[in-house]
Amino acid sequence: MVQQLGHLPMGWLMLALLAMMASGAFFVGRVQAERFSAAGSGRFHSRPNYHGYYVAMWTVVPALVMAMAYGLLGDDIVRALLRRELPASFSAMPPIELSVYLDSISRAASQGGFSGSDRIFSAITNRFLELQGVIKTVTIGLTTLCAGSGFLLARRRVAPGFRARNKVEGGMEAFLFLCAAVAIATTVGIVASLLYESLRFFAQVPIWDFLLGTRWNAQTSAEFGALPLFFGTFMIALIAMLIAAPVGLFAAIYLSEYAGPRVRGSVKPILEVLAGIPTVVYGFFALLVVAPTIRTIAVWINMTLINAGVTSEPFLAAQPTSALAAGLVMGIMVIPFVSSLSDDVINAVPQTLRDAAYAMGATKSETVKHVVLPAALPGIIASLLLAVSRAIGETMIVVMAAGQRARISADPTADLTTITVQIVALLTGETEFDSPKTLSAFALGLVLFVITLIFNLIALRVVQKYREKYD
Amino acid sequence: MESTVTSAPPATSPGTQANEPERLTFPRIECRDINVFYGDKQAIFDISLPIPDRSVTALIGPSGCGKSTFLRCLNRMNDTIESCRVEGQIIMDGENINDAAIDPVLLRSRVGMVFQKPNPFPKSIYDNISYGPRIHGLAASREDLDGMVEKSLRRAGLWEEVKDRLTAPANSLSGGQQQRLCIARAIAVQPEVILMDEPCSALDPVATARIEELIDELRKRYCIVIVTHSMQQAARVSQRTAFFHLGILVEMGETDQIFTNPRERRTEDYITGRFG
Repeated sequence: MVQQLGHLPMGWLMLALLAMMASGAFFVGRVQAERFSAAGSGRFHSRPNYHGYYVAMWTVVPALVMAMAYGLLGDDIVRALLRRELPASFSAMPPIELSVYLDSISRAASQGGFSGSDRIFSAITNRFLELQGVIKTVTIGLTTLCAGSGFLLARRRVAPGFRARNKVEGGMEAFLFLCAAVAIATTVGIVASLLYESLRFFAQVPIWDFLLGTRWNAQTSAEFGALPLFFGTFMIALIAMLIAAPVGLFAAIYLSEYAGPRVRGSVKPILEVLAGIPTVVYGFFALLVVAPTIRTIAVWINMTLINAGVTSEPFLAAQPTSALAAGLVMGIMVIPFVSSLSDDVINAVPQTLRDAAYAMGATKSETVKHVVLPAALPGIIASLLLAVSRAIGETMIVVMAAGQRARISADPTADLTTITVQIVALLTGETEFDSPKTLSAFALGLVLFVITLIFNLIALRVVQKYREKYD
Repeated sequence: MESTVTSAPPATSPGTQANEPERLTFPRIECRDINVFYGDKQAIFDISLPIPDRSVTALIGPSGCGKSTFLRCLNRMNDTIESCRVEGQIIMDGENINDAAIDPVLLRSRVGMVFQKPNPFPKSIYDNISYGPRIHGLAASREDLDGMVEKSLRRAGLWEEVKDRLTAPANSLSGGQQQRLCIARAIAVQPEVILMDEPCSALDPVATARIEELIDELRKRYCIVIVTHSMQQAARVSQRTAFFHLGILVEMGETDQIFTNPRERRTEDYITGRFG
């Protein structure tokens, strides 16, 4: 019987229980408030519905806390209990093996009990189910108890003078704050773990060797000079921005100042589709189409120069993967970021300024050049900075098309590697979590985070100042 | 419809000409049968209106009566509105400015405009004024340009207040100063006509009084057309007044006559505040 209880679908059960309790509590609270007001016992501060919400709130929240506690700890409690009852031979097992064994027990249990030939395994599985049944029953009991006491306490407070509406508003605010807190806590947690692991790395490798060293060879020998990675990152971001800044900006000017509503209505969404293409698609486009083309052109330039007698050595590296290929494709990828944001800020320039310029006999391009663009400049700069931070953090395109070799080379047809590529390389495949090789990924991640954070902060600041000027 | 035709300009202008020959010798702008459409919706119906030189013509009427739309026909600002279509002839210096052969950019350098809300460029005071002369190549040298800036600011009555801070941003000026700056900016292009679209509606009474004095001063040199919601302002600054209602020119004539002895019942009702 207890073993059967081990199969209880706790998620659904809890959900149904909570829903039932909530609606029940709501009606009880409301009906009670209505009865008071029908009896004419003074004027109610809050409308009956709020009393209903109040009672429901105090019924559900304690129950929810219990349910969450079960979700977080339930399995661990069952395991801890089971481990205490295991035969002595198991305590000699190394902890990892034991936990793997318990995992397989719990898997077998969730599939409806074990009926194979291994009698010990089968016995343990059944015991596991029994224990689980006990814990589940206890949880349901406790949940009901919590909900019941919360319900009783809350119901007793329903009275004409009770400010249920304010309490419910307060509860709502607390709930919304919690949701916001989740996002903030996650960010803080990520930054903290980045910092912690980076500090462990810097305990083994001096920080200046990392930031200023020019030799990066984390995979084979322990060389952690990240300067070539920074160089590669910025080189590719620079190539990307050389494409994206003018194209994006001019596209934005065309869309906001020249295009008619019909052209704008169709071109703008198409441009924004670019932002929706998965970066991995850009990545193989870069690898399979752009990189070979660049290589062919580079080889042709080399041949021409050698034939013309300008050089005797090949002038360009002409690698199959290259900074130029990754940068070009990344540039196309960030065009919509530049154009969409710039378009917004150009549209935000008041029409009266354009009218003023037109009324003085300025042509369209004079108006754009002298009046609209200067007025929109801060916003345009912000959009460029956001695009840069996007380009620096971009991973998939560079993983596929930039190459793996860490070096400082101004030749755009040479292969380079970036911070993001190296993080991927360091953390894929076999990893152990205390070697400097793995830890260096965290240090790189921290650097990346700091760089993009600075760009975003500057961009936000600039946008804010711009807003103040026109609102 | 018949009544508007009888009150149309040709019938009235000879009489007024006789009364004040020095002012109404020759209409600077002659509008004939102007119709304006926004998409399918007609905003202005068959308006004919002569606008005399060196005087102020006020356009009055309730909101949405088409007076601003009509004003914007005079420098073809309606071209910047996609759905807007203007029909009819607007004769200025013997040319129909509605003609496709007329370049609106050149036209606008002859017909300046001041807007409802002060709209200085987000540049310095000096750059605001010098912008027009620069794009039209009016100044031969830096000194020339300086002179133009000073002259325009003096004519707009702003020179004494800003002469020590010409490089300050124009947005740092007060609302009234900004509007006078906009007038100076329009003057700097050396226009013949100045259009004003409710130039005082965003200003306090003191600043309004200064602008009105300035308008009175400017009419000695320019042909001015002003749209206003304030009847008192129209009475104070204009010599001729045209009353618009629902896209129709109801009545036009000498300002004194319109305000003391209107011919049309609708004009009287509007002026006395019975509607609008």
